[in-house]
Amino acid sequence: MNDTHPVPPEINEKIEGRSPRPSIAPRARQDQRARRVFFIITLLPVFLILAVTIALLVRAWPILQAYPLGDLLFGQVWKPSDKLFGFGPFILGTLWVTVVGVLLSVPPCLLASIYLAEYAHSATRSFTKPVLDLLAAIPPVVYGVWGLLAIVPFVEKVLAPFAKRWLGSVSIFSVNQPTGFSILSGGIVLAVMIAPLIISVVYEIFATVPNDLRHASLAVGATQWQTIRNIVLPQVTPGIIAAIVLGASRAFGETIAVLIVVGNVPQIPTSIFDSAYPLPALIANNYGDMMSIPLYDSALLGAALVLLVIILIFNILSTLVLQRMLRRKWA
Amino acid sequence: MDTHIQVKDLNVYYGKQQALKDVNIEVPKKQITVIMGPSGCGKTTLLKSLNRFLELTDGTRITGEVLVDGQNIYDREVDVTEVRKIVGLLAQRPAPLPMSIYDNVAYGMHIHKMRNDRKEYKAAVRHYLEIAGLWEEVQKRLHDPASSLSIGQQQRLCLARGLAVEPEIILGDEPTSALDPISSQNIEARLLDLKQQYTTVIVTQTLRQAKRLADHVIYMYMGEVIESGPAKEVFTNPKHERTRQYLEGLF
Repeated sequence: MNDTHPVPPEINEKIEGRSPRPSIAPRARQDQRARRVFFIITLLPVFLILAVTIALLVRAWPILQAYPLGDLLFGQVWKPSDKLFGFGPFILGTLWVTVVGVLLSVPPCLLASIYLAEYAHSATRSFTKPVLDLLAAIPPVVYGVWGLLAIVPFVEKVLAPFAKRWLGSVSIFSVNQPTGFSILSGGIVLAVMIAPLIISVVYEIFATVPNDLRHASLAVGATQWQTIRNIVLPQVTPGIIAAIVLGASRAFGETIAVLIVVGNVPQIPTSIFDSAYPLPALIANNYGDMMSIPLYDSALLGAALVLLVIILIFNILSTLVLQRMLRRKWA
Repeated sequence: MDTHIQVKDLNVYYGKQQALKDVNIEVPKKQITVIMGPSGCGKTTLLKSLNRFLELTDGTRITGEVLVDGQNIYDREVDVTEVRKIVGLLAQRPAPLPMSIYDNVAYGMHIHKMRNDRKEYKAAVRHYLEIAGLWEEVQKRLHDPASSLSIGQQQRLCLARGLAVEPEIILGDEPTSALDPISSQNIEARLLDLKQQYTTVIVTQTLRQAKRLADHVIYMYMGEVIESGPAKEVFTNPKHERTRQYLEGLF
């Protein structure tokens, strides 16, 4: 930022007699000033993240002081009126919904991006990419309503009876609450929501592998699939993992669409057909109500802090990996 | 002349643009055929029609036939991986696979499951590294990444990798254009050694290289084959005005 500009000789001549240190031409000074202003504007988002984190920390401080962190994170009972503030059910609820969403989303997304990057005709590609972007532009509340009208009944009337009949002995598939408002419904909605993100990031990662490598493999008579498996996939694996983590962090923070279909029962889930109460839903549903209960406000903002920290870690890690991969140079 | 490859009425289009026009040539067996011509004349397109690499580009349309030992490689019955196993390609820039030196040479053999056990693979890797003139330099570092080699060594590694799947034909797409003079000489020497056993087709931009290597010459201009024949005849007594101009360096 503090690089000085070379002073044009004619100006330098003019000022030489006056000052031992060459001063800066007005034009250059203007440049420098503008540069500083823009730099500060660019830094604003960074300050914003810090500010939000600090504000949450300050507001959550009372509850962090009142209870040990372990009790808050792993406490299993949420009863603010009885001064019980266990985030456990919410954290677990978020994890369950996220994991189910990611597990459902990743296999088809990987296959789709491999197809798009390696097999599809360029015409198919130029048609599919905008459609995927469109999918990403649908507002979450619309996904939520779709989940409520289509997925919840589907889980209730088709998947739950099916699981009851065939998978009853496996505890994570046992049907304890046959309403359809369940982790599975939330997971299905999330899987669809994060698909465009995962597909487009993985596709970009595949595009960083130079064609020379593919051709070298094809030239000795390898099939396209052998080339992908032996040459391309080993190159892109870290990027695929980063894309999945990015998708997971998106799923982790998704609020409204999940809130509508997941049932919002603060319990420790044991089956994908159980209802759950994810962290974002807790905050969205309750902040602003019942604020007279002592520490309630602080507890909710503590939950927000937990959510923010987890998502920040996920995002920073995956962004670092992805940036390195997208910028990598080939010998 | 014993013909190995025969190209019949080959036309190639990239989208609406025609890259090859009614190409009819014959490539003699176990000799070096050099394709010459100004840039953009379709040399590389013709070369890549011989191992079906053209179809890797979307929007390419190909009509006509390419017969290798009398079999049309564009026939629907023909497995493209078999074609590419028989017709090896040495690319313009060496493209070592992101694995060890050893694994680069063994790669194609593994793909085609050509050996039975580790010992046989080891012996074969050594054999082809020797043929490519690289064994001496790399025998102590076979498990280093291939990218640690110099660019000239990388190109010889690519040659070894190509030869390891036992092709009958070697294609070279300006295989020395990215190399320094010593490495280029080295590759040229390899190709001359190998012509006893392989039919070789080389694209080159340099006339001197063509004169050093060629037994048989194909001269192309604007997607058409202007002249083809034994090197001696074409170089000393070109039949075509354009060929003569090119050889004299008029363009």
